[in-house]
Amino acid sequence: MPQHTDRAYESQLGKLRSCLLEMGGLVEAQIAQAVRSLTERDPVLAHATVDRDHTVNRLDVEIDELSMKLIALHQPAARDLRLITTALKITTDLERIGDLATHIAERAIELTAEPPLKTYVDIPRMAELASSMVHRSLDAFVREDIELALQVCGSDDTIDGLHDQLLEELLSFMVKHPQAISRIMRLLFVSKYLERIGDHATNIAEMVIFLVKGTSIRHMDTIPREL
Amino acid sequence: MESSPATAPALDSPVKIAVRNLSVFYGATQALRSVSLDIPEARVTALIGPSGCGKSTFLRCLNRMNDRIHGARIEGSVNIDGEDLYGADVDPVVLRRRVGMVFQKSNPFPKSIFENVAFGPRVHGMRDPVALREVVERSLHQSALWEEVADRLGSSALDLSGGQQQRLCIARALAVQPEVLLMDEPASALDPIATAKIEELIQELKRDYTIVIVTHNMQQAARVSDYTAYFYLGHLVEFDATSVLFTNPSRQETEDYITGRFG
Repeated sequence: MPQHTDRAYESQLGKLRSCLLEMGGLVEAQIAQAVRSLTERDPVLAHATVDRDHTVNRLDVEIDELSMKLIALHQPAARDLRLITTALKITTDLERIGDLATHIAERAIELTAEPPLKTYVDIPRMAELASSMVHRSLDAFVREDIELALQVCGSDDTIDGLHDQLLEELLSFMVKHPQAISRIMRLLFVSKYLERIGDHATNIAEMVIFLVKGTSIRHMDTIPREL
Repeated sequence: MESSPATAPALDSPVKIAVRNLSVFYGATQALRSVSLDIPEARVTALIGPSGCGKSTFLRCLNRMNDRIHGARIEGSVNIDGEDLYGADVDPVVLRRRVGMVFQKSNPFPKSIFENVAFGPRVHGMRDPVALREVVERSLHQSALWEEVADRLGSSALDLSGGQQQRLCIARALAVQPEVLLMDEPASALDPIATAKIEELIQELKRDYTIVIVTHNMQQAARVSDYTAYFYLGHLVEFDATSVLFTNPSRQETEDYITGRFG
């Protein structure tokens, strides 16, 4: 694609992209760190994860401001307009993912203060999938890869399934071990957070499809065959 | 080279002007290359594209203004309500009554405000002072100028501000009750407030008139028009509903132009 005649505009759009990627990288690391602090019972790492959220929040505000400035000063059209719209939407998703990772770390801090549970069951597997969904959705954004974005949307059913399964298992565990209910509840929250991260990654992937094709597939029960 | 848009949009209004394979030559230079386009009735159609792309040439073909240019040759057809504009029995003067035009630079006659607006109807034979007065008042109302000039219809049109002069020219075009209004950069020489007034006026006028507007201001095209045609090097590259063309154009050339990538 040819460059904008207005170089400053071109570089500001480039900056918008790189801010989003920086934010994406940060929240990916946040998820990994949060889950590790949980499974390894490491409160120091958990606190570090919570502290890191400031940077993500700062980037969220920065992306909002940059987007508004671009709209006000350059009256973007077509793909540029879709990029800025996409940025405004996915920054919110990324910021929420950061918050959810922080919540996981907070639950980890609480759980570390109590005796260990025998099992973290499928939490690491869910975390891996959630993290990979975020990673792939951002990859799809960078490469403007619709196939990859659709794949992320497809993964959402898998992570929802894992969450439901975990819910069943933990419920029966609670019946058998009532003394562990408060700890199991915390673990259930973590599972729910990871499931929500999957939802946000799906939102990002849907916006990538909008960015590339100009059509919205949000709130559709099934993904259309023809995009 | 043949050119017709990759896709013609479904129009939400009947076709007022049907242009088919229109080519225009100025001597050896071909300014328009086989353009086909349907202009919908009671809608605003914007023509955009860089200088020299053929959009003004196209506009001028719609009321045979190119007839007056020495060495201009036209191929193809332009039908208004199914009638061939270039038919042997068509009188360009009568045609221009049906298809009015407003230019970039306001060009009022050095006469009174009243006489400017009454000029067209007089040329077409209206003599009755009461009828003339009615036409002038109606046209000035339509062009949103009446309130500002009602008490000084006898003063010179040249005393009006630039924006007022342009609205006077619109009133003058409307006085002969045209069906189509062609506008060639009607607001490019005006300040933002006068521009906003003209744009609002265009929205009012499209209820009764078919409007075709040439503009270099893409945001203006996006704001005022229902359909947009993008011209480049004499070709019609893309024609679509304005809301589609400015958010998700189907041709890369259009995308590059409207996003400011001029190569």
